[in-house]
Amino acid sequence: MDMKATKKKLGLKEKYAHMTRGLGWDTTYQPMDKVFPQAAFEGIKIHDWDKWEDPFRLTMDAYWKYQAEKERKLYAVLDAFAQNNGHLGITDARYLNAVKLFLTGISPLEYVAHRGFAAAGRNFPGVGPRVACLMQSIDEVRHAQTQIHALSNYNKFYEGFHAGATHQIERVWYLSVPKSFFDDAFSAGPFEWMIAIGFSFEYVLTNLLFVPFMSGAAYNGDMATVTFGFSAQSDEARHMTLGLECIKFMLEQDPDNLPIVQKWIDKWAWRGIRVLTLVGMMMDYMLPKRVMSWKEAWEIYFEQNGGALFNDLAKYGIKVPECITQCTVDKEHISHQAWATFYQYAHASDFHTWLPNDEEMDWLSAKYPNTFDKYYRPRFTQWREMADKGERFYNNTLPMLCQVCQIPMVFTEPDDPTKICYRESEYQGEKYHTCSDGCKHIFDDEPEKYIQAWLPVHQIYQGNCFPEGTDPTVEGFDPMLKVLEWYHIENGKDNMDYEGSGDQANFAAWRGMATQNT
Amino acid sequence: MQIDLRTVAIKPLRHTFDHLVDRFGDKPASRYQEGSYNIQQEHIFHYRPSWDADNVLFDKKRTKIRMQDWYALKDPRQYYYGSYTIARARQQEAAESSFEMIEDRGLAELIPAELRQTALDVLVPMRHVEWGGNMGNSYIAAYGYGTVITQPCLYHAMDHLGVAQYLTRIGLVLDGPDALETAKSAWMSCPNWQPLREHVENLLVLQDWFEIFVAQNLVLEGLLNPLLYDHLDADFSAKGGTAISMMTRFMAEWSTETAKWVDAQIKVAAAESPENKAVLSDWVKHYRTATLAALAPIAARAFGEPSADVLADIAAEFNARCAKLGLAV
Amino acid sequence: MSTVFIAFQTNEDTRPIIESILADNPHAVLDEQPAMVKINAEGSLVIKRESIEERIGRDFDLQELQVNLITLSGNMDEDDDQLTLAWKN
Repeated sequence: MDMKATKKKLGLKEKYAHMTRGLGWDTTYQPMDKVFPQAAFEGIKIHDWDKWEDPFRLTMDAYWKYQAEKERKLYAVLDAFAQNNGHLGITDARYLNAVKLFLTGISPLEYVAHRGFAAAGRNFPGVGPRVACLMQSIDEVRHAQTQIHALSNYNKFYEGFHAGATHQIERVWYLSVPKSFFDDAFSAGPFEWMIAIGFSFEYVLTNLLFVPFMSGAAYNGDMATVTFGFSAQSDEARHMTLGLECIKFMLEQDPDNLPIVQKWIDKWAWRGIRVLTLVGMMMDYMLPKRVMSWKEAWEIYFEQNGGALFNDLAKYGIKVPECITQCTVDKEHISHQAWATFYQYAHASDFHTWLPNDEEMDWLSAKYPNTFDKYYRPRFTQWREMADKGERFYNNTLPMLCQVCQIPMVFTEPDDPTKICYRESEYQGEKYHTCSDGCKHIFDDEPEKYIQAWLPVHQIYQGNCFPEGTDPTVEGFDPMLKVLEWYHIENGKDNMDYEGSGDQANFAAWRGMATQNT
Repeated sequence: MQIDLRTVAIKPLRHTFDHLVDRFGDKPASRYQEGSYNIQQEHIFHYRPSWDADNVLFDKKRTKIRMQDWYALKDPRQYYYGSYTIARARQQEAAESSFEMIEDRGLAELIPAELRQTALDVLVPMRHVEWGGNMGNSYIAAYGYGTVITQPCLYHAMDHLGVAQYLTRIGLVLDGPDALETAKSAWMSCPNWQPLREHVENLLVLQDWFEIFVAQNLVLEGLLNPLLYDHLDADFSAKGGTAISMMTRFMAEWSTETAKWVDAQIKVAAAESPENKAVLSDWVKHYRTATLAALAPIAARAFGEPSADVLADIAAEFNARCAKLGLAV
Repeated sequence: MSTVFIAFQTNEDTRPIIESILADNPHAVLDEQPAMVKINAEGSLVIKRESIEERIGRDFDLQELQVNLITLSGNMDEDDDQLTLAWKN
């Protein structure tokens, strides 16, 4: 027998095809539409799943091998970080407020992504996309867990982490922004999920989320976050190629898919950009040492890189989402408007706030020459004067929220930065409010979905946000304190100003112990 | 700034997150606990799923099984992503060196022809069965409730993909790409494979995720894996087919390990209530009959005449296992 | 023309990889950031297995790139010998 001589080594593509799509078969004892019940209801037409181009070709043995190598490295760093009080190496404990926002706002999304991609990895009739989605699903649980593990060490020494990665995302007002984004995607069908998360979020926007966040962590001495962040990003490159392949595949399979895909791209680009407001605010206001401004990151990662992407997709008839015109105006405003909002509501937030100091305001002026001095410096200056007189400004009126993105109505009209923008729609005799043309379009297209939104402010007014057994009729009842208790925000510890906080005092004392002999 | 901090002892403010303090007390939590408990959202969801409007995104009602606390179904291996991948990476390294040795030294050519044919006829088409196992477990990972059980089901789904790929590789080693074509056509149309294919397809349309767990992970794997990786493997080794055993070593280890995890789930769920015990027992009885019938022609191909005895042995062992888990079967 | 890019963590493993990419793609531009090295290139970028192997003195599987990869942009095509990133317009 000369089997060996006749057997040529299989190439990567050929071998991978045997290892994946060769496994599937068309069922005959059960109808295919019962085995894959979610394949058709969104109206996307797929004629030949075999035309799917695998975006990457990892067999499980290689996956285990490389991922285990990443995990060993990552946990070695986390162990060393914990053993050596690595938390004292950050620039300033103030920085950690950005990390708190990450743990409570982003890590739970990683978890939902894990479940959503498991669903996609079960629901597509094609084997190629299913395998790719399952690998993303398992990567996403990795991200949720490595983030929790990395940040667990901060939780031991700082306030604002103790509620963990899940309790608050279901409850806290500003966290309903990222949560509703993922709930929206997961409650849609598998194809829309892929455009929402696989394409818009992972491909178009992920660089805006992770790269600035992780560079910010690196600049600020946060080795734990840099480590999980860059380690997670190494998976992200695979996820991005999956998102891109998926959209191309849908567009190549049938011309009827184009309008559906375009509608989803428009929707999810806008939804995603609204969520990223929180990242913009983090970059411009929350880092003691800043990497680049939100506007600069937007220009590099969205305008340049996204531009190349949309040029590439133009051959399929895909157009740049209309909302980009507004984004070009917004990039000079949203981070300032968001930080001003959190400053006013610092008593109801799970992290500390502060006013930018002179040096920081000058940096903002330089980065935002068209807007900062004109619209925002005066406001921060006035608040500083009030605070100096002992009249720190807190807004005790709960804001109205956008029915779609759920951000308080704080953004301004595209053509007038002094006027709050709001739009109104009517559905079944009720009025619904949105923050922008983008959100109004989304609402008007699927009102039956968005009227279901669990809006945190409405829910507080309806009395649904108190701990079990709360009696609002007792004397001296303070609804806000009860809401905070339900949120797991410890009043006076987790919230309000950084100046005078426990985090600030502890960090100074511990650093003192570490650097002095007394 | 480089500071020497090793001499500084700082008393932590707390040891872990609130929900773990509530569950286990204020003490340092393991990475398994931090990465698994309560990380699935539970109460508040914005929109009804378009694909299941009667339920919320994560809903306890997607199975007949009821648990006071779904986090009672913990994984005895305490796998979180890191410990899982590191464990599998070690096993794959061993498997890889076996395959390499067999490929480099041409050991497959030394396997007696009859055994080689048995491996091609019995093991290689099983890659499709494994793919069915992947689909069932992905379903649970998507629609199940509580991370301590959904998480290991995703790992199990990925394991099934890995096993399907090892079986593919066995086909490639023994007979090149043709082996896969032949196995696929046997799976699709050979009479002795049709009962098993029908059974696997029937599992693909189940909706109750815990029923899938029982039908696939407890019953099908509980009967099939001993058949392949215990009985048939013993045959291979005894008759000079050690090279085949080397190539299935991963599966043999894996099925022993995962059976312990499956047992822990069933045991806890059955002990929860008489209702659970009854539902689980009914499922086991139903799927045991169906699985044994589906395996019979394959066992006949693998073992010839004594196949009925082999299956009877396997069934007896399986029944004893179920009895230990508190089921009435 | 559009720009493609690829970014790696800055470490011992990636130094020879970056070197070979820069050698094989004379039009590529290096952009060093905190803990990260990004390579930008007009149109397309190719990563060759052989060039990396020359620099590290051992066999290299292009899938090893995954371990230290941070992000990329462009359509990816990968076989045993090279990985290409390109915009096709």
